[in-house]
Amino acid sequence: MQDVLHAVIWVALGSAFGGPARYFVSGLVGRHVGETFPWGTMVVNVSGAFVIGLIAAAATVDGLLPMPSAWQLAVTGFLGAYTTVSSFSLQTMALARDGQFLKAGGNVALSLVLCLSAVALGYGIGAFGLGIGSA
Amino acid sequence: MSELEKALSVEEEPVRTAKAGLQRRVRWDWFRERLLLYAAVSVGSILGSVLRALASLAALGWFGPGFPWGTLFVNIVGSFVIGFYATITGPDGRIFAGMYQRQFVMTGICGGFTTFSIFSLEAFQAFHAGEFALAGLYVGISIITWLASVWLGHSLASRLNRLGGT
Repeated sequence: MQDVLHAVIWVALGSAFGGPARYFVSGLVGRHVGETFPWGTMVVNVSGAFVIGLIAAAATVDGLLPMPSAWQLAVTGFLGAYTTVSSFSLQTMALARDGQFLKAGGNVALSLVLCLSAVALGYGIGAFGLGIGSA
Repeated sequence: MSELEKALSVEEEPVRTAKAGLQRRVRWDWFRERLLLYAAVSVGSILGSVLRALASLAALGWFGPGFPWGTLFVNIVGSFVIGFYATITGPDGRIFAGMYQRQFVMTGICGGFTTFSIFSLEAFQAFHAGEFALAGLYVGISIITWLASVWLGHSLASRLNRLGGT
């Protein structure tokens, strides 16, 4: 029970900043690139995937990160809140309902390809930088 | 200087002061609005994320670490809720929600509850461990169920919106 309480506190702390960071970044991207395609959510999700890969690589080194609190704060809390599936789903549906099937399909395909590549890249760079080897 | 110009120049100073005051007021209103929006997103995000963490812990306890049921569950539920809420409080919706409420629920709670980064990491970890079928299955099931549930939430709310009465 003590562990769960600690986890909740770390997650709350990380997510208090993760959600607003997403709101800021997606708004910034939306204002600069326009709102006809959900680039804001895309940028948020891809950048979050890259960082989570880096942290996952760092987490494989014993004693590098104070576990599990660092994971709860940075991954479950901050990055978990920073990235979003709900906005992605809503925006994809809005494009499809608008008859813009190419954009809807493109959003799904591009999000999956870029996010999965970003997490692999982040993990690879992290593993290489830390000298783990088998990246 | 004509009488008219004299009269105008006399008024210039108070007009300038009033203008400056109004500009400060507009800037302050803008700042306060931003602050409240970010606060609404932050509080919603904490609620959603703590719920997600608890759901993941519960799923881990019930089903074990074989398949990321916790993340799949939160992403499905979060997609349903945002689809329902966006439509029920939308332009033709039967429930009114202001700007702060909408950001609190959609950007805050739903955004904090769901996560693309942890989903990506779980898929990558399965792939990295050589469990290609599991990775593919997880990605495929996820994308289909997320989109199905956002559509389901939206359809249910549209139906409720079309019902008679208030």
